[in-house]
Amino acid sequence: MRIFDPHIHMTSRTTDDYQAMYDAGVRALVEPSFWLGQPRTSPASFFDYFDALLGWEPFRAAQYGIAHHCTLALNPKEANDPRCTPVLDALPRYLVKDSVVAVGEIGYDSMTPAEDTALAAQLQLAADHGLPALVHTPHRDKLAGLHRTIDVIRESHLPPERVLLDHLNETTVKDARDSGCWAGFSIYPDTKMDEDRMIAVLKTHGTEKVLVNSAADWGRSDPLKTRKVGDAMLAAGFSEDDVDRVLWRNPVAFYGQSGRLQLDIAAPEPLHEGNSILRGGE
Amino acid sequence: MPMTPTTSPLLTREELDAQLGGAARAWLDEALAEAEHAASHEPCEQPGGPYAVPSWELRYAAAGRYCGLEHADSVRALLLVEAHAALPALTRLYEQGTAAERRAVLLALHRLDLGPTALPLVEDALRTNDTRLVAAAVGPYAAAHLEAHNWRHAILKCLFTGVPVAAVDQLALRSRGDAELARMLGDFAAERIAAGRSVPADLTRVLDLTVPGPAAPTEES
Ligand SMILES: [Zn+2]
Repeated sequence: MRIFDPHIHMTSRTTDDYQAMYDAGVRALVEPSFWLGQPRTSPASFFDYFDALLGWEPFRAAQYGIAHHCTLALNPKEANDPRCTPVLDALPRYLVKDSVVAVGEIGYDSMTPAEDTALAAQLQLAADHGLPALVHTPHRDKLAGLHRTIDVIRESHLPPERVLLDHLNETTVKDARDSGCWAGFSIYPDTKMDEDRMIAVLKTHGTEKVLVNSAADWGRSDPLKTRKVGDAMLAAGFSEDDVDRVLWRNPVAFYGQSGRLQLDIAAPEPLHEGNSILRGGE
Repeated sequence: MPMTPTTSPLLTREELDAQLGGAARAWLDEALAEAEHAASHEPCEQPGGPYAVPSWELRYAAAGRYCGLEHADSVRALLLVEAHAALPALTRLYEQGTAAERRAVLLALHRLDLGPTALPLVEDALRTNDTRLVAAAVGPYAAAHLEAHNWRHAILKCLFTGVPVAAVDQLALRSRGDAELARMLGDFAAERIAAGRSVPADLTRVLDLTVPGPAAPTEES
C-alpha cells in the first residue's frame, strides 16, 4: 500500500514516527505550516519555521525514504495578531520555493474580520503563484464556517478545483463536495473523524476528490491513521484500486496542480552510525 | 532527494546552453540579463518595503523548475556570478533560501570576489547537521579562507555526519603536517574504540595525510 499523507505536522514528530510511517507505506507527505501551540510574537519567528519546513524537515524525511513538501501561509489563529500579520507581505518570496505545493493552512478559526482579510489575501496569493490552497474548516461553528469559507472562495480568483477543504465531517461533507472543491478528512484518535466513520462517508460519497490525512501534530494524534483507513477500506470491501486512489492518486492529483511535486525519492540508505540525525550529529 | 552528499561539477553557460531545451534557454537568457542589470544598477534603496525581492532573486529560487532540478546548482551559481553578487545579497539569498538555494550560494563563493568576508555563511553551514550543506561548505572557498581551528572542526564534522572527506577541497594540502588535526583524529579514534565502535575509513585516510612530508609542487615553487 503506497500512502501520501496530505496533511501532517512532522516538525512535532520523532524519527520513530518517520520509521513507522515508512514501514506502514508512507512515501510522501505534505506538511502545512500552522500554529505551534505557543503563540508567535513576530514575523521572524514565522520565517525560521518556514525555513525549517524548506530545509531541515525535508532532510529528515528523506533519510527515511519519504518525500517532504510543504504549504506555507499565515494561519487563521495568528491572522488575528497584528504582530504577526506582516508575514503576509513576506509570503511572496517563500511561495516561489521548489517544495511549496500550496498556500495553507488558511481559513477560519473564529470568523473575525482579520481572518476574512487574511483568507482573501492568501487565496489571491495562491492564484498569483499558480498554487492550489489548503483551506482548513473551523473546529467551532463548523457548518456556518464552511459556508462562509465557500463564499470567500467563490469571490476569489482561485477556481474550486484548486482548493482542498480540510477537517470535514458528516455535517459538512455534502456542501463541501457540492462546491467543487476537494474534500479532506483528518482522522484523529478521539476527535474529528475516526476510521469507521470515514468508511461510512466513503460508502455514501465515493472516492472521487476525497483525501484522508492524519493531521498528526503536537496534540494527541496518530501518524499511522492513513494506513488504518486503508486497512479499514479493504476490510469493508473497497478494492486495492479504491485505496490507492484515496491514499495516493488523489493527493498527487491535487498537489500536482502546483507542478512542483517531486516523488522520485531515493530508497533509504541503511542508517549508519554516522547518520547526522541519529543523535543530532552528536 | 539524493542523500549522498556528492556535489557534481557546476556547468558553464556554454555547457548549459548545449543541454537545455529552447524554453529553458530563453528563461536562462532573461534571468542572466536581469542579474546583470541588477549588478550594474546598485540599488540605493530597496523599493517596495522590507520584504520586496529583486526579480533576479525570485529567478534564483525558481531555477530548478525552469532549467531542471539537476541544473539548479549550475544556474544559481551562474546567476550569482553574473550579478556580481555582493555580500548583502548573498547573505539574504542564503538566509532566506531553501537548503538547495543555500547550497548553491556556498558552491559559488570562490567564484566571487569576496575575500574572507563570506566566512559567516560557511560557518553557519558547518553548524548545521544537514549533510548537503556541510558538503558544500568544505569546498574551495573554505580551503582558501577558513582558519585552522574551524577547518579542523569541519573535517571532524564530516567524519561525524558521514560526509565523505572526498568532498573537502585541498584536503591533502591543508592536512599535511597538521599535528593538531592528527591529535584530534587520534582522540576521536580512541573514543570510538573505547565505545566498541568501528573507526571510519575516512578517519584513517585523513590521519595518513597529516604526516609531515615534502610540499606538493605548487605554482609558486
Ligand atoms: Zn493542521
